[in-house]
Amino acid sequence: MAGKVLTITSGKGGVGKTTITANLGVALASHNQKVVCIDGDIGLRNLDVVLGLENRIVYDIVDVVEGRCKLRQAMIRDKRIEGLFLIPAAQTRDKTAVSPSDMIRVCDELRPDFDWIIVDSPAGIERGFRNAIAPADHVLVVTNPEVSAVRDADRIIGIVEAEEKGPARLIINRIDPVMVERGDMISTEDIVELLAIELIGIIPEDSEVIISTNRGMPIALNGKSKAGQALQNIARRVTGETVPFLELSHQGGFIRQLGKIFSSGGSKNE
Amino acid sequence: MSSFIDRLTNRNRKSANQAKDRLQLVLIHDRTNLSSVVLETMKDEIIAVITRHIDIEPDMVKIEINKDGRQQRLIADIPILGAKRRR
Ligand SMILES: Nc1ncnc2c1ncn2[C@@H]1O[C@H](COP(=O)(O)OP(=O)(O)O)[C@@H](O)[C@H]1O
Ligand SMILES: [Mg+2]
Repeated sequence: MAGKVLTITSGKGGVGKTTITANLGVALASHNQKVVCIDGDIGLRNLDVVLGLENRIVYDIVDVVEGRCKLRQAMIRDKRIEGLFLIPAAQTRDKTAVSPSDMIRVCDELRPDFDWIIVDSPAGIERGFRNAIAPADHVLVVTNPEVSAVRDADRIIGIVEAEEKGPARLIINRIDPVMVERGDMISTEDIVELLAIELIGIIPEDSEVIISTNRGMPIALNGKSKAGQALQNIARRVTGETVPFLELSHQGGFIRQLGKIFSSGGSKNE
Repeated sequence: MSSFIDRLTNRNRKSANQAKDRLQLVLIHDRTNLSSVVLETMKDEIIAVITRHIDIEPDMVKIEINKDGRQQRLIADIPILGAKRRR
């Protein structure tokens, strides 16, 4: 196996990176891929709770980097989903405990044994973000349909390009089709036009996300929810499949907009 | 008076359109590190250089930044005065 490193990042915090990392991990593993998720948010670890694996942590990535344990020992196997592993972040250290070259080394050691190494980046453009993109083969930038999140996404896309890790692809999370139709939420079409990058996923606002996070059961395990389906579709697109975007509203307005994205080439390779 | 009308029309505009318009400008400034003040200064300097060599219509000069994907282009539209209209 020659595993690919997929980094999930954003400029602004709280846009859904950790949720998306956990769910892409679950979705890819349920498609018989071998997956390891790395929590890159040292000092503010969360991927463990979103995945529901917080009670099984013994070692973390800083222990690996500082030689206190073998890489294998820091990997937590998810017992619910065959082929899914987590390498947790340290909670009591800061981002400087790991360097970009440490991340490259760790990922290179993982590549032979995994199909996908998914790195959950912290927000911002500092060390933690640099660590997360250093080993990346693919970068997915997450944004919400809000002015500040889109602006910060643009900064990140520019840096990813400058670091020659691009072109990044875009996930728009927490879209509310009713608000878009009312003209009170910037549409996916407009965001794609502003940021001028390829769209790989649209995830609706869905209260099931919070419920599933409460339970530590990633929503992609629940095929009925819209957000779960959207995340499953992103996982398939990551593997190169062509999957049409979900129908998010009954009124059809949203669908017409998606149609326009298709025809304007905003979502090439879709 | 005009600001009152502006406010009225702005209130009637969809907030999503306002978000898009504002983002369009912010992103250009973020990507180029050019503020509208710097752009105005540049325009004056460009006019000064060009009028040293040819006659132009300073009031008609337009300097703007256009988007081409993720690339920005500085576009200068400088009308040249015809020979007949020269002083
Ligand atoms: N599509 C969604 N619908 C509803 N809530 C969401 C959605 N995506 C994320 N959230 C919530 O938003 C919050 C931030 O998500 P998180 O994944 O922790 O963001 P980040 O890792 O970017 O900081 C969490 O409470 C999460 O449950
Ligand atoms: Mg996070």
